[in-house]
Amino acid sequence: MEKLSFRHTTRTALPGTRASAITGVVASGNLEVLLERNLAPDACHVEIDTAIKGYAEVWAAVVADFVARRQPGGLTITINDGGARPDTVSLRLAQGARLMELP
Amino acid sequence: MDWKPVALSAESRDQSWYEASARARLAGLLDVDTFQEFIGPEQRQMSPHLPLFALPRAFDDGMIVGRGRLDGRDVLAAAQEGRFMGGAFGEIHGAKLVGLLRAALAVKPAAVLILFDTGGVRLQEANAGETAIAEIMRAITQVRAAGIPVIGLIGGRAGCYGGGGLIAGTCAHLVISEGGRLSVSGPEVIETNKGAEEFDSRDRALVWRTMGGKHRRLLGAADAFVADTIGAFREAALAAIPEAPSFDLATLEAEQARLEARLERFGDTRDATEIWGRLGVNDPAAVPSLTTEGFDALLDSLPEGSHHAR
Repeated sequence: MEKLSFRHTTRTALPGTRASAITGVVASGNLEVLLERNLAPDACHVEIDTAIKGYAEVWAAVVADFVARRQPGGLTITINDGGARPDTVSLRLAQGARLMELP
Repeated sequence: MDWKPVALSAESRDQSWYEASARARLAGLLDVDTFQEFIGPEQRQMSPHLPLFALPRAFDDGMIVGRGRLDGRDVLAAAQEGRFMGGAFGEIHGAKLVGLLRAALAVKPAAVLILFDTGGVRLQEANAGETAIAEIMRAITQVRAAGIPVIGLIGGRAGCYGGGGLIAGTCAHLVISEGGRLSVSGPEVIETNKGAEEFDSRDRALVWRTMGGKHRRLLGAADAFVADTIGAFREAALAAIPEAPSFDLATLEAEQARLEARLERFGDTRDATEIWGRLGVNDPAAVPSLTTEGFDALLDSLPEGSHHAR
């Protein structure tokens, strides 16, 4: 197991008022993403618990790309990973951000 | 087969039960937006054992419990996520269901619904898992003795195996679909212990006609056979509430007599198709390919009615 932690500053807060959302499941090649709105509007923390060691650089790139695209200010995002590929991670992060924007 | 692998409708109740996540099943099964989760993922009640094996955990430990409404009636519901560790029972996973059943004694819901999707006990925390199975079965008997029906719904990817099969046996009513399988020892377990000559786990047709929904319904182990949609499971769960038998000595003696008669009548058969033939099915080989409507018509045409005792 490997634990990774990323801290980002965003230009804006993620729209919406929903306090939390979850998407995905922990399975082979899949992951679950828990999003909680509990930070300052320009902060985003991403905590990752992954079964596969040695991919910190890939995780950093995928998370930085997500933060740049979605500006998820205010969110703590916690991930339990079962060995998902980067495209699946990007998809789940986008799904999670969308859920948090829903009324 | 009437599976719809790609639903053309956006309605959650038209979606495949088999393909849906545990959360999607609960959301579609219950009245819209009525589900309230207990011990949700944000509380992070995760397995204390999996990190010892360097295995990833899930925020809900693969068990989602809560309350909601079913056609306006208060119910408690539990759903297993079959994709997380095969929906297996670990310490937290099991404790959440035990707690829900014990809560039923206090809040007296119209029913407790259990959405099974499990391979049985989680081997990495087997002692805790086995204990949980026993505690759940005891709690179900207490809930049923209090007059509250416990209804099992089986149609997930992992089926309902191992301790899950034992728990299902204690429910008042079981609903199953074509995709659902119900047994204790699973196909791979039988093959590993007894050899491929005894049971070839790669023979999917054999697995389905021995453990699948149609066979379980024909034998009377399941009380209702439904199409693979969330809406069909909802209708069947609603219909099951008033049908659930009382839990008393007469019911248990009738169930014992039913099982003895079943063993006497079918104990020498070598394949499920022989059992279907003895039940009066004219063309047993055609049963697996029947649609839900065709299968319903077959059930109506059989000389004996359904055998539910429980």
